[in-house]
Amino acid sequence: MARALIHLPAAARKGEVVEVRALIAHAMETGYRAGADGRILPRDIIRRFSCRYDGELVFSADLYPAVSANPYFAFFLTADGSGSLTFTWEGDNGFAQTETVTITVS
Amino acid sequence: MIDAAALDRARRQLLAAGLGIGLGVAWRPAHALSDELAGALRAFTGGAATREGKVSFDIAPLVENGNTVPITVTVDHPMTAAQHVQAIAVFNEKNPQREVVACQLTPRAGRAVVSTRIRLATTQQLVAVAKLSDGSYWTHTVDVIVTLAACIE
Amino acid sequence: MTARGAAWAFSWGLLASAGALAQGAADARRSGFDSMSPRIQAMQRDDQQNPGMLWVADGEALWTKVAGTSASCAHCHGDAGQTMRGVAARYPDWDKIDRRPVNLAQRINLCRTRHQQVPPLPPESAELLGLEAYVGHQSRGMPLTPSPAKELDAPREHGHRQWEQRIGQLNLSCALCHDQLPGRVLGGATIPQGHVNGYPTYRLEWQGLGSLQRRIRNCVIGVRAEPPAFHSDEMVELELYLTQRSAGLKVETPAVRP
Repeated sequence: MARALIHLPAAARKGEVVEVRALIAHAMETGYRAGADGRILPRDIIRRFSCRYDGELVFSADLYPAVSANPYFAFFLTADGSGSLTFTWEGDNGFAQTETVTITVS
Repeated sequence: MIDAAALDRARRQLLAAGLGIGLGVAWRPAHALSDELAGALRAFTGGAATREGKVSFDIAPLVENGNTVPITVTVDHPMTAAQHVQAIAVFNEKNPQREVVACQLTPRAGRAVVSTRIRLATTQQLVAVAKLSDGSYWTHTVDVIVTLAACIE
Repeated sequence: MTARGAAWAFSWGLLASAGALAQGAADARRSGFDSMSPRIQAMQRDDQQNPGMLWVADGEALWTKVAGTSASCAHCHGDAGQTMRGVAARYPDWDKIDRRPVNLAQRINLCRTRHQQVPPLPPESAELLGLEAYVGHQSRGMPLTPSPAKELDAPREHGHRQWEQRIGQLNLSCALCHDQLPGRVLGGATIPQGHVNGYPTYRLEWQGLGSLQRRIRNCVIGVRAEPPAFHSDEMVELELYLTQRSAGLKVETPAVRP
């Protein structure tokens, strides 16, 4: 389980547009880099990031080796009701991680 | 025998050129996209025409380290069910591969703004492209200078 | 207050103000933070963006984790936010049992072997860096305040001599670049003053968090010299000198640097 940090406002008003920040620990090995022995290290990256709001996909991204290690995304959501936000990261070598955060909307 | 005057002229020319490069990023007209970069853009748009505009690309013109470059792409467009930005993607000129990141948005993503951190192998051109729900594509191109760390492992 | 008490207070007052005057008048020292671009400064300043916080979060989890069959750090040290305040700011410190200076990472390992009866964590391992970052973070905002233990004077002076010694195929000393030439540009990068107030640091070049010793090894390799081993005597002596050199600068752990 990689360390993931997710931030969004603790509470939001209905209809308010809030910023979400998601950061996950991952080396994002590009597949273009040579190791100490001169051989190319195989690619090992997160390829997909998605955010679902009560199960519905609201934001997603396809990542390529040009995304820095410890991938960070900041994006916006319209807070239309209290519920859960599910963040998923998937990648090479079967990497799969999900984090769930509650959003409180008044 | 060293021609002092010629040396002096050369030194001044070099200085002027250097200053020019230093000031360059803001006013230098963007040069045409390389074939590969244009090709990657075409693959993304499915051959559809692209227009400059609506998209702004916030990135430092001179980056301290190409390993982690913060970027923010903003599209000046509503995010409603009827009219919204469907995708925002970034392509590069000189990394080992052209694609950087491609994001998919929905009307529930309140604002068409995405921030992330990317890797840049060297000084190069970058293109941010937005796909709108009406099928149109809008782009913005930037030039970035990348300096490298001096004492690396 | 007694007359003697008043005399003491007066002397300390004099010393303190003299120190403050000397520092205020001629202190050209600046944290590496000051020479970074606004975007990278924002990356450090905002805990929600700072990648180093991933390691701090790891360290926080490890703090309360029971190590093997023994107690967790929290068992003896309670809430790190209270008990660890100011601790990292005075390291390296003198270890009375082994009679040698140790840095924070070594100190954490000594706790593990002596009090938790578990093996030490390898240098630069994710867990050790996590704990170092978590403990270091509790001193954030406080000035680096080197330990006053007299036994550290001699090792610190060894570190100072290392700082001034030319080494490597490039035959450069740390002092040459970082005392005499900071602000000048070397190979596209600005030479920093080389302060150590942000360690462990998330270095963009590493795309990860690393210790001061890792950074020192980078420099030594950079001048084409044989790097000292992690947790060696040489290393902690140099760290002692470096923290004295940066004394008073505010701890920024986990800092972000290019």
